[in-house]
Amino acid sequence: MALELELISPFEVAKEFALAVQEYTLLSAQSLANFFRRPLYMGDMLQQADLIGVGSLPIVILTGLSVGALLALNSASTLQRFGGVTLIGQLVSLGMVTELGPLITGLMVAGRNASGMASELGSMIVTEQIDAMRALGTDPTKKLITPRIGATAFMLFFLTIIADLLGLIGGYGVAHLLFGLDTQQYWTSVWQTLVFRDVFTGLIKPVLFGFIISTVGCYYGMSTRGGTQGVGRSTTQAVVASSVLILVVDFFVTKLIFAIFGYR
Amino acid sequence: MPAPTLPSANTAAAVVSPSDYAIEFENVSIAFDDNVVLDSISFRLAHGETKAVFGVAGSGKSTLLKLAIGLLRPDSGRIFVLGEEVTRMSEQELFELRRRVGIVFQESALFDSLKVYENVAFRLMEEKLSPEEIERRVREVLRFVELERTYDMRPSELSGGMRRRVAIARAIITEPEVLLYDSPTGGLDPVTSNTIVELIMKQRDVAKTSALMVTHRLQDAFTMATHEFDQATNQMVALPKGQRGEVAMSFLILKDAKVIFDGDAHELAASRDEYIREYIS
Ligand SMILES: Nc1ncnc2c1ncn2[C@@H]1O[C@H](COP(=O)(O)OP(=O)(O)OP(=O)(O)O)[C@@H](O)[C@H]1O
Ligand SMILES: [Mg+2]
Repeated sequence: MALELELISPFEVAKEFALAVQEYTLLSAQSLANFFRRPLYMGDMLQQADLIGVGSLPIVILTGLSVGALLALNSASTLQRFGGVTLIGQLVSLGMVTELGPLITGLMVAGRNASGMASELGSMIVTEQIDAMRALGTDPTKKLITPRIGATAFMLFFLTIIADLLGLIGGYGVAHLLFGLDTQQYWTSVWQTLVFRDVFTGLIKPVLFGFIISTVGCYYGMSTRGGTQGVGRSTTQAVVASSVLILVVDFFVTKLIFAIFGYR
Repeated sequence: MPAPTLPSANTAAAVVSPSDYAIEFENVSIAFDDNVVLDSISFRLAHGETKAVFGVAGSGKSTLLKLAIGLLRPDSGRIFVLGEEVTRMSEQELFELRRRVGIVFQESALFDSLKVYENVAFRLMEEKLSPEEIERRVREVLRFVELERTYDMRPSELSGGMRRRVAIARAIITEPEVLLYDSPTGGLDPVTSNTIVELIMKQRDVAKTSALMVTHRLQDAFTMATHEFDQATNQMVALPKGQRGEVAMSFLILKDAKVIFDGDAHELAASRDEYIREYIS
């Protein structure tokens, strides 16, 4: 297309980006404020929770198991050189609970649900269903966005716990079967390594990631322009943006926790 | 909201407050980028009146309806609906007002993830009525549009004409004071079109709802002007020749972003404007 060849000034790009960030912030703030305003759509929230939670379960189980196993395998090959295979439990539990559990669950659910939300809301925009809802006197941010935020944050919390547990089990499988680590020894070191701050870090992250996934997915859905092609564009952008944002936020949360509790 | 009464209001009957009209547009302009769609248009819709809105494709008819309920904001001008100034209300305030207005979108815009009865019941469910009351009223209104058997179906299983009628049912179920129809007969066969025209006439003559009806088919509007709904026989009947045009019906024609005609059937027939003559011939 000839249009794409036109030079776009960096200033314009920056302005558009700033505008998008502003819109995103406003939408998120309003949708959060909706939690304290009537009506709260509990039914819709439960429906979304079912969709996100139950639907994501298989993929979370699968990735949790394999990441735990991989973590054990990788650390074992290093630890073996120093004769410290008994430390596998510690490494797996710390890595899984504080970092990899929340991160992989977040990224998986982002791929599944940020795209789902963007395409669903995007289709509703291009077929005027959102306009119809507004015309019927119902606030789409209340009926559509707020329930998705609540459901995603809530379900991601539990999905992460499941991923953590399966990661530990996967790690155990590798440690026990391949490296002959004693069952009791593995689980004791898993358990004893974790302190409050690790669990706290591991559980605050999924709530933040859930918020990111749902708000980014909904934002891209609601700002869809240009027919079915626009829906496709929103969908991919939602996955990319929420994944990147999750990684960035993950870094800063980890940094912040270190700043508060000090390095271990 | 009662209209502010000016001190002179008692004596001067000529003072008109906006609430005397169901809808009032005052010098409303809107443009999309460089495309000026409506250029300072003004018109009024009286209570109980149905106004047919004409114009070629792209003349801004759908835009006009969306402006009326605040789905779009004009670049300038003021819009009043039921005495409230839409152009000054926040989105939150508009949600309240919109509950008193029904709109039928050009493409029906049914919620495709909901069943027909959930679509029709949408407003009632929002108002948290009892399930029995909701079911009773949904069945009643679906009977009204003659689609009772679609109760449990999904919008994707319906034909275009059926979807249009479901959209009408969804709009009228709460008996709104104002109805906005966007091309309710567009792309339909004459028989189905007639059913829909009859429905709209029923709203006008029985429920006395004020309405804007966008249409491409002049014939529909003429049927509306020359017939009235007879409740006894539950169908429309032609008015005797002398009484034609004696119903609460008016016409508005848009051209090149302006209103080029706004008046009743007699005035339309008497118009000497070449474009209008050509349009109605
Ligand atoms: N969201 C939008 N963004 C940009 N331009 C728009 C938008 N909506 C409408 N327009 C433009 O406004 C003009 C009027 O559109 P509108 O849909 O009101 O026409 P219409 O009279 O309803 O046409 P039709 O009879 O085909 O339904 C068109 O030129 C259209 O391109
Ligand atoms: Mg239109």
